[in-house]
Amino acid sequence: MKLLRELGIVGVSVALGLGVGAIITAATGYSVPAVFRELVRGAFGDIYGFANTMTQATPILFTSLSFLIAFRVGLFNIGAEGQLLLGGFFAAWAGFTLNLPPILHVVVCLFFGAAAGAAWGFIPGWLRARRGANEFVTTMMLSYVALYLTSWLVSPGGPYHGHQWANQTARIMSSAELPRLMASGRELPSWGLVVGVLVAVIAWYFLFRTPRGYEIRAVGQSPLAAEYGGVDIARAQILAMVLAGALAGLGGAAEILGTHRRFIEGFSPGYGWDGIAGGLIARAHPIGAVFAALLMGALRAGGRAVDRAGVAPSDLAWVFQGLVILFVVAPELIRYFKRIRLRRRAHGRPEP
Amino acid sequence: MSAEAVRMEGIVKRFPGVVANAGIDLTLNYGEVHGLLGENGAGKSVLMSVLYGLYRPTEGQIYLNERPISIDSPAVAIRSGIGMVHQHFMLVPRLTVAENMVVGWETVRAKTFLDRPRIRQRIEELSEQYGLGVDATAVVEELSVGEQQRVEIVKALYRGAEVLILDEPTATLPEQEVAALFDTIRALQDEGKAVVFITHKLREALTICDQVTVLRKGEKVGSVPASEATERQLTEMMVGRDVVFEVQRERLESEGRPLLQLAGLSAVDDRGVPAVDEVDLTVHDHEIVGVAGVQGNGQTELVETICGLRKPRQGRVEVDGEDLTARSPRDMARKGLVHIPEDRHRRGLVLTFSVAENAILGRQYEAPFAAGRWGQSKRAIGGYARELVKRFNVSVPGVRTAVRALSGGNQQRVILARELDREPKVVIAAQPTRGLDVAGIEFVWEQLLEMRREGAAVLLVSMDLDELMTLSDRLVIMYQGKIVGERKPRDTDKQEIGLLMLGGAVEAS
Repeated sequence: MKLLRELGIVGVSVALGLGVGAIITAATGYSVPAVFRELVRGAFGDIYGFANTMTQATPILFTSLSFLIAFRVGLFNIGAEGQLLLGGFFAAWAGFTLNLPPILHVVVCLFFGAAAGAAWGFIPGWLRARRGANEFVTTMMLSYVALYLTSWLVSPGGPYHGHQWANQTARIMSSAELPRLMASGRELPSWGLVVGVLVAVIAWYFLFRTPRGYEIRAVGQSPLAAEYGGVDIARAQILAMVLAGALAGLGGAAEILGTHRRFIEGFSPGYGWDGIAGGLIARAHPIGAVFAALLMGALRAGGRAVDRAGVAPSDLAWVFQGLVILFVVAPELIRYFKRIRLRRRAHGRPEP
Repeated sequence: MSAEAVRMEGIVKRFPGVVANAGIDLTLNYGEVHGLLGENGAGKSVLMSVLYGLYRPTEGQIYLNERPISIDSPAVAIRSGIGMVHQHFMLVPRLTVAENMVVGWETVRAKTFLDRPRIRQRIEELSEQYGLGVDATAVVEELSVGEQQRVEIVKALYRGAEVLILDEPTATLPEQEVAALFDTIRALQDEGKAVVFITHKLREALTICDQVTVLRKGEKVGSVPASEATERQLTEMMVGRDVVFEVQRERLESEGRPLLQLAGLSAVDDRGVPAVDEVDLTVHDHEIVGVAGVQGNGQTELVETICGLRKPRQGRVEVDGEDLTARSPRDMARKGLVHIPEDRHRRGLVLTFSVAENAILGRQYEAPFAAGRWGQSKRAIGGYARELVKRFNVSVPGVRTAVRALSGGNQQRVILARELDREPKVVIAAQPTRGLDVAGIEFVWEQLLEMRREGAAVLLVSMDLDELMTLSDRLVIMYQGKIVGERKPRDTDKQEIGLLMLGGAVEAS
């Protein structure tokens, strides 16, 4: 019942987004039917379209989980992009440096990615819990640190520049590759998607079936009651941020091991940012994140098809994506900020 | 004088699964204070929300000045001269009184700027007329609760209210300010306003109202002139049975074991200002010690410091002889000290969590609820919650219901069930009956007395003097963070305690 209503809301929001997108398309003089045809074809039209959707959805699933687990403790992890980049780099490093047997090598690489992301989540978590630094600002800023750090590492002057004319590392060993799910081809989803769904289930279990998850949710819903119930609030916040970082880092690792097979500068077209929308669309529910990520993936895949078919410039495709996200996320965000404001007022704290 | 202001006929309001108002008739007259009496969840607030346009009635008709009217929104209500002062004030803390008047009700039309002098002048007129003493230039967040309430009243009058709904106006008010509120209400009455006074306190209803209408479970039980009603009669109408207000507080011999000992305990409040000042206090087994005091004299901080929610500046907290100063709330609970917090909505419960999830708050790592760190037994938690619900008579559809959906009394039952089931040595109960109806109060009192019977030490902090006098073996009075006096209830009266609470007769006594 509740699920149906939520799905209904998302459906209407998507329709609204597409509707406004259509108006803009028509107003700018492009063919509305052609754009829609390509959008649908690129996302679901055939097996390759859907494969493309799933490929795009994989990293977004991880970053959505990253966002929502921090959201559950009441924090905003805006820095999934940086955690993802760092996770991707360290996974790649482990992939071309360590020499391990096939399956173990993949696991170790994923672990490296998760650990790197976790470290990048720990810093803002610690700063917030112990020093009161706004995580909104710190995660965002650390994201840029990660972006330019990895960028430098693979630049011609950096230590891991592995290619003559592209800013990327050497290729990972074949033992570290996450194989593709279907027959070979560049645009096919890898086992990273399976890992992602598995991680989503684990995240659900963690949040709803363990004492630690219970504490994280309690802190997010009512810090005073959590404190009263013996929860160490600072520890819960740090833990949630570490996990958030680890999830994004894992996403970066899965993307590198499954899709690119090497760390390439700028390999993420903003998966970290998509995770914010994904987590909100999912109403901060890990299983919902799987579907939210598919929606986001479909928008990306469809957008690319519009661009490739030449029926409209790629910018227009991103306008579509932005509109749909805006319409789907806006009500949830408004609710969230309303709640924060109410809570701050109830605490007697002045509003920011 | 008694011209009809509002007539509500056959008001029905249904929510999914609940009938909040089942065909209620109500007539309000100008120059009359009409009491709306009933337990929590009786449908008083819903009925008035219908009148104020917050809810649309499922059935029924409202007449204003004998003309049918459809009130779709508060804006319509305000325009029609109906004002409401909510229990939780709808003021913007950062703005001044004058600015609050015009939030959402800008008096300027063609002009772009607020006509501040005129607004201020009007506030002063109203304040003068009704003896409200409201300063138009004061910033709202710096005002006391009572002052803010008067600002709300001025706001309603400013917007032209002829019918004024006061939703539980005394619930958050310290006792001293109630009298002032009553003066205001009488002034409103003299000016010919129709006033609705929502309450569940009998005495107040009898003191201030001309007519009293009693609701029970969404139905109107009856309407009687206050001059002809008695407390007993109204109680019966409210709860549908005789309530034994005299609880059984039998004589018990304490073994003289000091279960809770505070020595030189001091603490500061959130702003760093000293709030608890060298408090020495001992509570023995089989004993209830009441803490009286005007709100804001350090009681909240004292309780938090005892329970491990606030770090003491100095001093000691001992439970059954063991020094537990500055230990975490979880440690305190494990050592047998439980806490019924004064703010049950934000401290005592996670409102969005289910009854079951709330039932283990504080015990999330204990078997059988947890299986190590990485597992939680939904079955054990659900079973335990169902058992508590049954034993403590919590009325809920099921343990998976969010506690937010429960009435105040049932929420408090959940907290009491959870805490008292731990077989505590020490119970710290802060304002345990605030906002509860008669049945809820009775339940809480019985539970506290039961704890005493079983040998626990109970520290009861309350703003309700009757409650303290009824339950306590000993009473201590807090004033400006210090304990300024100690009395036995049978050797004193409310007047003396009241004086001590105001810091008055300390030397004289």
